[in-house]
Amino acid sequence: MVPQSVSSWGNLIRSSYVVYGLRSRHDAFPAISVGSTILPYGNGRSYGDSCLNPGGALLLTRSLDRFIAFDRDAGLITCEAGVLLAEILQLTVPAGWFLAVVPGTSAVTVGGAIANDVHGKNHHRAGTFGRHVRELELLRSDGQRLTCSPETNADWFGATIGGVGLTGLITCAQLQLRRIAGAEMELEVIRFANLDEFFRLSEVSDQNFEYTVAWIDCLSRGKSLGRGLLQRANHSASPMGHARARTGHMAMPFMAPFSLVNTATLRLFNFLYYHRPGIRRRRREHFESFFFPLDSVANWNRLYGPRGFYQYQCVIPGQAGPEMTAQLLEKIARSGQGSFLAVLKQFGSLTSPGMLSFPRCGVTLALDFPNTGARIERLFTQLDEIVAAAGGRLYPAKDARMPAKLFRNTYPRWGEFERYVDPAFSSGFWRRVTQGEVVVHGGGPATESA
Amino acid sequence: MSRTLVIGATSAIAEATERLLAARGDALYLVGRNEKMLAEIAADLVVRGCSRIATDSLDANDLSAHEAMLERAEGFLGAIDIALVAYGTLPDQKRCESSVELTVRELQTNAISVVALLTRLANRMEQRRAGIIAVISSVAGDRGRGSNYVYGSAKALVTAFLSGLHQRLRPCGVAVVTIKPGFVDTPMTAAFRKGMLWAKPERIGRGIVRALERKRSTVYLPWFWRPIMFVVRALPDNVFMRLPL
Repeated sequence: MVPQSVSSWGNLIRSSYVVYGLRSRHDAFPAISVGSTILPYGNGRSYGDSCLNPGGALLLTRSLDRFIAFDRDAGLITCEAGVLLAEILQLTVPAGWFLAVVPGTSAVTVGGAIANDVHGKNHHRAGTFGRHVRELELLRSDGQRLTCSPETNADWFGATIGGVGLTGLITCAQLQLRRIAGAEMELEVIRFANLDEFFRLSEVSDQNFEYTVAWIDCLSRGKSLGRGLLQRANHSASPMGHARARTGHMAMPFMAPFSLVNTATLRLFNFLYYHRPGIRRRRREHFESFFFPLDSVANWNRLYGPRGFYQYQCVIPGQAGPEMTAQLLEKIARSGQGSFLAVLKQFGSLTSPGMLSFPRCGVTLALDFPNTGARIERLFTQLDEIVAAAGGRLYPAKDARMPAKLFRNTYPRWGEFERYVDPAFSSGFWRRVTQGEVVVHGGGPATESA
Repeated sequence: MSRTLVIGATSAIAEATERLLAARGDALYLVGRNEKMLAEIAADLVVRGCSRIATDSLDANDLSAHEAMLERAEGFLGAIDIALVAYGTLPDQKRCESSVELTVRELQTNAISVVALLTRLANRMEQRRAGIIAVISSVAGDRGRGSNYVYGSAKALVTAFLSGLHQRLRPCGVAVVTIKPGFVDTPMTAAFRKGMLWAKPERIGRGIVRALERKRSTVYLPWFWRPIMFVVRALPDNVFMRLPL
């Protein structure tokens, strides 16, 4: 086997791996060298090191991309774990079925969606992805195969949902879909002037709309702290007007020599975007551009240049939400760092079967940040303190730097979870948050000194 | 919508092609060695919209089994509109150099068995005066290279055979399509370091379906292999022999 260079979406660490692949879900688990570890790697859309295993091996799962069955009456799809959500939608939407939960990109595998227990704009209605998994098969490195569902091997099921790929290889899964009338969404975009308005608007919208999410201008301060645009939508009830999927894809053809996202470009973009015309008008849109706007720009992560970028996503539970979110945004705005992508969303109270599942009832904030080395880490440390004080936590799928202590304090079930970790499996993330292994990021210029 | 026979149906390029054929509504008859894998692929293709599909196991090197397989395929499909021959192995060149037996076996698999199969197929289609024969050859067959000439010479034989077959069958309306992929990222080439020139099987599959629709005589997949191989073929021997290819 030739070593392959592999990175994750944030482009923070690129390393060379011995890679394995399976031709079929019935293949035996590959024999890895003694003392080495392995980790399933799907489509590489995790931002940090939860899908990486520096110094170890990777088990590439994209080749497990076969469908097994599609029950068009009950809306049940059974497929291998390397199938992309986009491929499922392509098949099921014309038949009147939609995935119960979709994240912000359709370029993730089913296995990855389960292992990170992803959520979407409808968390307040549908909860996480894992709630809609009817069954999955887990292949352990010792060759054992476990069928897991809420009824059978429920403990393994709970460990594997949100288990960041550590409990074994998910070979296939059955998902419950939801009915739709057509491919279109009916949506509205509403401008809000500050954070208080967001919380009011979000609460009202969540009652009548299945999908809600807000973009915020992370540079605004003072009275307009947390201003932004709220999108709310429902699946269109009329099957009419068979919307065309978007045509013409753009791509970022090469890595930018340095990050094109900086305070100047950000200020301009945020101003224009916030004041863009066409607000408040009810309109119809194809589901792809509503759910996956960035999927139409291939490799957009290259905008951030060779040093890569972070995404900081936290959840603040309960009543503390508005107050703590204001504190977080104040710190971020004052730092002048951040990106176009800044998202605010209220999670609902539906619980996930996953032991390490991230969402909790409360508000979640997600922001991209170009990797500026020590400068950005200083900001993150301040944000961590606010999140920890509020009883919140960070999302492993996005994380590349959370301190071990923060993880252990905010994911109290991690000790229980550890019993389910396959002895041959490990990841950069797992070693970092359980053993405090230090990771160096960014192949670009030396990081600025503190 | 065609009635399509695929021999070597579990190869990555064949599977990618089958998905497209299934989506456009072809009836499929899949032939391969690994029955379990064939069943998995067939189940997948059914989900993707294939309404008529069957699988059959065959070791292509068992030449005496070809006729019965073709008979079964025709029995299931009614008639064979398209036959796609997609099987092959990638010989270990170094090992072949020290083993006459292995070299002969590889030529048997990649060339002789294909010729045997094509002869029977051609005669059936000639009688019906319709059909398309499409065969996956390779750019490696355009000129023998030191690093890969056992495979290359097998594919050269296939390419030359197809060229002649095409001339012969042209008057009776049977099309012959020679498919020459370059480097493709498949399990067959898992041991290679991948670079700029490598393509995914999905891309090759799209090219094959397009070539079938247009009944192209020879296609290079992806397209850029045509100018590359033009240059490779045009190089004078005294230059070519010095190149580390």
